[in-house]
Amino acid sequence: MKLHYEVDGEEFAAAGQASGNIKKMLKQLGIASDVIRKISIAVYEAEINMVIHADGGTVDVDIQTDKIYIALKDTGPGIPNIDLAMREGYSTASDEVRDLGFGAGMGLPNIQKNSDFLKITSAVGVGTTVEIEVNL
Amino acid sequence: MRLRPHGLYIKPQGGARVIHNYNSVGLVTEKCVGCTDCIKRCPTEAIRVQDGKAVVIREFCIDCGMCIKVCSNKAKKADTDGLAAIENYRYKIALPAPALYGQYKNVLDVNIILTALKELGFDEVFEVSHGAEVVTKAVGEIVMNSANAAARPFISSACPVISRLIMMKFPDLIGNILPVIPPVEVMARLSRRHVCEREGLKPEDVGVFFISPCAAKNTGTHRPLGYEKSEIDGVIAISDVYVKLRNKIRKITPDKAEILAHSSFRGVRWALSGGESGNIDINSIAVDGIDNVIEVLEELENGQLDDVDFIEALACTGGCIGGALTVSNPFVARNNIERLGLLMRCDAGIKARRVDFGPVDFAELAFTRRLTPTRALKLDADMSKALEKLERMEEFIKELPGIDCGACGSPKCETFARDLVMGQANMEDCIFMLRRKVKMMAESMVELASKLPQTSFIQHRELRD
Repeated sequence: MKLHYEVDGEEFAAAGQASGNIKKMLKQLGIASDVIRKISIAVYEAEINMVIHADGGTVDVDIQTDKIYIALKDTGPGIPNIDLAMREGYSTASDEVRDLGFGAGMGLPNIQKNSDFLKITSAVGVGTTVEIEVNL
Repeated sequence: MRLRPHGLYIKPQGGARVIHNYNSVGLVTEKCVGCTDCIKRCPTEAIRVQDGKAVVIREFCIDCGMCIKVCSNKAKKADTDGLAAIENYRYKIALPAPALYGQYKNVLDVNIILTALKELGFDEVFEVSHGAEVVTKAVGEIVMNSANAAARPFISSACPVISRLIMMKFPDLIGNILPVIPPVEVMARLSRRHVCEREGLKPEDVGVFFISPCAAKNTGTHRPLGYEKSEIDGVIAISDVYVKLRNKIRKITPDKAEILAHSSFRGVRWALSGGESGNIDINSIAVDGIDNVIEVLEELENGQLDDVDFIEALACTGGCIGGALTVSNPFVARNNIERLGLLMRCDAGIKARRVDFGPVDFAELAFTRRLTPTRALKLDADMSKALEKLERMEEFIKELPGIDCGACGSPKCETFARDLVMGQANMEDCIFMLRRKVKMMAESMVELASKLPQTSFIQHRELRD
């Protein structure tokens, strides 16, 4: 089953809607609780990242019987050094965003920790694609 | 007036109280006009209007009592026990929830309320807030000392609606629920033990009645969460004794009141949102109102509240004082209780008695049963079939008008789509889809009308004329 969401970068209050919807669907499929928790955390982090750094983008989901694949695509500034960004505590978030409780540098490491497969493709000035897979 | 409890169960007379799949919320069929008040406000989308009457889908109902609060025709009622039920017992104990103290204005001594309650026919009155004090100690102990980081933040188990909400909609958070029995259950156990020893009674001679602000607490006596059997023999709604009590309270002057209180404000404040968590010196969130609770649980699920130790989550606005079986507005009730608290703390001469309930072993307060997911949301036991249904649901959602009018009997187009997929509704139940179908039928009628057979003698005569 394929789903597509547009994430508006201007509406911070609406951030989390795509991940919320995905979560709701997985619960209707009766996916195991610990898997739902993993997906919730990974997709929410990725969605918030996209809003904070890249003014939103798109989320494409493919739910199969054995796994879920999620691709988050944006046309933001890109990540110059992915290895550095993957490090816990590393953050480029503004003070404003940090005041909201985000930008602690746990985003990408958290996504990694809560997914079975993670691929980040990024080009500076072009955008970033985060692909997540979690086994169901 | 006939109260029709939803579902198929028949309430047994006396004896076994444990009933599986029991719900407290019932319908007074004659009063229900089949409007959309309750279906729209139900936080778990558990109600449908079928054949002009509101029907609760039992596996979705968590007995929050929202439908009781919002029904403008007063057709929703909790299936609690009447005061007459106490007559089945030789020795009658009332356990008033502290929310009761918030119902009356300008009563500045809890003893007056407790005396009035006793005068309704009880032999003894014990405050549930005492049980709350006991639970506070146990909760503090667990939260402070637990090394289980995965269970943090702990979620209070005091509100049964929230525990059941989690079991249905947030199964991944079940492990966060603090496995401690609720204050009223603690009090029921302690009081029965106490009076049996003091009065030399057999346990079955004693009837323990909870004076409750809450419909779900009634359900909890039939199907306890986390333990096998409740020690509560009956649940009486605060709203059912409100007037009788009020009339008695007005006649009791402070000097005439029997000294029955035995609890401090630490227990009484549990009736208010923030009361439980306020007693423990930890990083906590106190959230009330079921919609707010759902938002907080979503955040917790998304891994955004890892720094919090404890979440006190109460389904009703303001806490238990906002329960469906209360009478007073919760904000006024809060003020009433806070005034009482002020007097209790500033040594205004409010007397209390000492009741020795004996030692309490914290291990006795722990859950003896695991909470399990209810799986009500699941579309199908088979994953590929569930996926297929979900896809069809999404297609229906795109097709439906999306204005959530409720005329089909489902609260939202989305729930209607689910009902369609589950075979519990017909597309024509949607007035927009029905109109579209009628339009299409009318169009094909017109089209058909112009397609009369070549041999039709009428058509040829029309052409000839």
